[in-house]
Amino acid sequence: MPSHTFKLNGKQVTVEAENNVRLLWVLRDLLGVTGPKYGCALDVCKACTSHINGKAFNPCSVQVSDIKPTDEITTIEGLPATVGKDLHPMQEAWLDYDVAQCGYCQPGQIMAAVAKVKQARAAGHEVSDADVDELRNICRCGTYTRIREAIKAGARKM
Amino acid sequence: MAELRRSPNGPADGSADKPGGLGRRRFLGYLVAAPTLAVAVSWAAEATDPQRAYASVPTLPQPEELFDLGDLQNLAAAPTSGLISVQVNTDGTASFAVPRAEVGQGMTTAIAMMVAEEMDLPLEKVSVTLADARPELMMNQLTGGSNSMRSMYVPVRTAAAIARQRLVETAAAQWGVAASGLSTRNGVVTGPGGRTASYGSLTTAAASRQTTAVSATLKSPSTFTILGKPQNRIDAHDIVTGRKKFGMDLQVPNAKPTMVARPPTINGTVVSVNNAAAVRAMPGITDVVAITHGVAVRGDTFGQCIDAIQALDVTWGPGTVDRESDDTVKAKLRAAQVPMTVPPLLSKTIDAEFTFAFASNSPLEPDNAIADVRPDRAEIWASLKVPIVAQEQIAARLGLPVSAVKVHVVEGGGSFGRHLFHDVAAEAAEISQKMGKPVKLSWSRTDNFRQGRTHPMSISRVRVNYALGNVLSYEQRHTSVQTDFGHGLGEMITATAAHLPVGGNLSFAETIFELTQSSPYNFGVTTQVLNEVPLKFNTGSMRNIYSPNVVCAQELVVDQLAAKMGKDPVRFRREFLRDQRLLAVLNKAAEAGNWGKPMPAGTAQGIGLHSEYRGAVAVLAEIDCRPQTVNRPIRGEGVTGPRVTRALVVVDAGFAINPRGLEAQMIGGVQDAIALVLTSSLHVRNGIPLEGSWDNYFYTRQWNSPLDLRVIIMPNTSDTPSGAGELAVAPAVAAIACAYARATGAMPTSFPINHGTLGFEPLPLEPSTPQSPTDGLDHTF
Ligand code: FES
Ligand code: FES
Repeated sequence: MPSHTFKLNGKQVTVEAENNVRLLWVLRDLLGVTGPKYGCALDVCKACTSHINGKAFNPCSVQVSDIKPTDEITTIEGLPATVGKDLHPMQEAWLDYDVAQCGYCQPGQIMAAVAKVKQARAAGHEVSDADVDELRNICRCGTYTRIREAIKAGARKM
Repeated sequence: MAELRRSPNGPADGSADKPGGLGRRRFLGYLVAAPTLAVAVSWAAEATDPQRAYASVPTLPQPEELFDLGDLQNLAAAPTSGLISVQVNTDGTASFAVPRAEVGQGMTTAIAMMVAEEMDLPLEKVSVTLADARPELMMNQLTGGSNSMRSMYVPVRTAAAIARQRLVETAAAQWGVAASGLSTRNGVVTGPGGRTASYGSLTTAAASRQTTAVSATLKSPSTFTILGKPQNRIDAHDIVTGRKKFGMDLQVPNAKPTMVARPPTINGTVVSVNNAAAVRAMPGITDVVAITHGVAVRGDTFGQCIDAIQALDVTWGPGTVDRESDDTVKAKLRAAQVPMTVPPLLSKTIDAEFTFAFASNSPLEPDNAIADVRPDRAEIWASLKVPIVAQEQIAARLGLPVSAVKVHVVEGGGSFGRHLFHDVAAEAAEISQKMGKPVKLSWSRTDNFRQGRTHPMSISRVRVNYALGNVLSYEQRHTSVQTDFGHGLGEMITATAAHLPVGGNLSFAETIFELTQSSPYNFGVTTQVLNEVPLKFNTGSMRNIYSPNVVCAQELVVDQLAAKMGKDPVRFRREFLRDQRLLAVLNKAAEAGNWGKPMPAGTAQGIGLHSEYRGAVAVLAEIDCRPQTVNRPIRGEGVTGPRVTRALVVVDAGFAINPRGLEAQMIGGVQDAIALVLTSSLHVRNGIPLEGSWDNYFYTRQWNSPLDLRVIIMPNTSDTPSGAGELAVAPAVAAIACAYARATGAMPTSFPINHGTLGFEPLPLEPSTPQSPTDGLDHTF
């Protein structure tokens, strides 16, 4: 079986898997990293949102063979370490606003939010309501109102 | 009268300061023999009351008194003798195992608050876990009908209060002082001269050698420091760090990923699997077996199961509704409508008919369950709201005694009615038995929409006669495809039926309808009747069961009436409302929401009211139906349409245990309502829904959610909590529909309003689960 190596949450990992297996299953089923959630495996619900080299992506829709040894994959579990703290400011904002209900969508929501704030900044502005409206992550518990507030608060501390 | 059952006007639950109020009564519990202090109470609130503890069935409320679905569940719970208990550990923490499912509604947080309050313990020192199926708890172990908080409020507090009392008595005995001179705070007992002992240091001595009945008084609400104060969820930290373990995240040895290739029509069957050996030889695949409604594949990863589903060649047998489509179902509902009893009079008449499409109650977490079935025993892990029924029925299907089947309740990623059923756990057990191996079964997203349970299509007809400024009659005929209540609620009602105030030979569904529906208005002769058409769809109740549809129809007609009588909708409601708590929330919403403010053409406000589960809610919604908004561009696939720009929810929840959690439930209810009115439905065609992904079944997304959503919690009107989880959906649906009618000048009669046009290209029916994309790296941001 082919072997694949990449950086996962700061550590180089090597895993044996068929080339076409989507990264989400490599993370969840083979490596036991369960922060990224399975909600559709169709690149629609965004529950699996994680980061590749600092940008948001959906591992349910990427074959493991498309990940390069130098690629850095960050899941919700590795997010705090990207700022060298116990919690990333966006996670703190999520706690401050008591965003989560069932919580199933929230790892993906937080990962998408962090990337959205950075994307807005790279484009020269602070994250706005229009930016938040572009997020496609489903929250079937309907926590959108607090998500919006938490993103803005988290951004201020990022 | 019906409306009194819903939302009592007075402090019917008794106030703490009056004799008979919760504050003065003593409640019964038991010190249980255990190594450290353990206190148990009977589940039912009634049984903790010494005056009623020994009656096998508590005194029944009369029809004109307070009674609704939540009461029914409490009542059904009363005669059982199962005990729930609080344990005090040597590290000073308290543990409580809840015989209920947590699926996002914040129940574990509320329970922890109750324990912390009565024990004088910091909230973080209380741990709440979910209990496995316990047959002795019978129907107590059912989470539904927004009933958890109400039925647990007194028993949990009683157990905690007894624990605190026992710790104090133990310290007093050790110090040789009177217990009355001691106080408790933050998990520490303080005595004369400032000497202290922590709960952890006392718990072994406080343990009882034999089970002894004791009683304690509960705190008066005026002294609460935790209950009634906003608290964040106790599992929030685990959630935001990705540590919270859902069913899908559990690791059970050798329980490998398993999925099912499913037939192209609902409940279709397998005639033959034509290439099982070839599929079994695919990379990572370990097993392929035919089951009742599909072909199960087990492999190293779910991705490889999806690959196998692409490759399977199966000849399918027919399903149970192959000839049914939206139109045929609608025709059957029409034909089954019960006639109105009041003919159009000399007065004026409004006749209206509303259609509500099939809707999916699927949470974000796809249905899943782990099963490890051996020849002589079985173990199941699943998010189940009625674990006892699951245990019994799975045991029967496996041919095992009930005691040989262990059912673990795991945290669910949302429920909305879905986890009332154990279909998925039973299927996992069937697969594990046939493969002879443990399995971790997940339905795919597409399975959930196409083969999962649905909230069935219904038609609500309303006829109103009015004359000379009065409404003479209000009749509503709600005709629905049968809702399956075969998940425990049914058994509960059978056991309790003789004691119900509704009488007659009503079916389960009709009983539920009677107990949850009532008109809050003075509309003369009022009849609301449910009729169900038995069709073999997989149905189930969805958050708030019938109310969103029934109340939507009602409130749209109320707006019509107001218009015919030349009255403003809020003024009209004020004049006709019989329910004082609803009137109060209406007035608050109108004032705080600036009702009647000038708004541009194509935009409007709408108001909706509903009381249920002893709570009362008003929602004021504002909608923008102007073309530039309706047609606003969205990147990628997605539905826009009218946007609810502002929503205000005013809620009277009796006693708000956790205002922060209550607010969250109200916010979620509004997002559900937006979806139900504007964007989300299932299109049934030739025996199966066309929807296969979240881009087809269009639940509210961030771009359709209001930028301004506010919740006002009214001052407490009672000592006891009302239900909360479902309260906001119905009034919000009504408010949004009414706003839409006023903004467009035309009353909508079919919901969701975009159901008439199919806004997506349906995924193929076979393979039943589509292959995952591979271009994810082209869409990073
Ligand atoms: S699971 Fe990846 S987008 Fe839904
Ligand atoms: S919190 Fe349940 S899906 Fe978002």
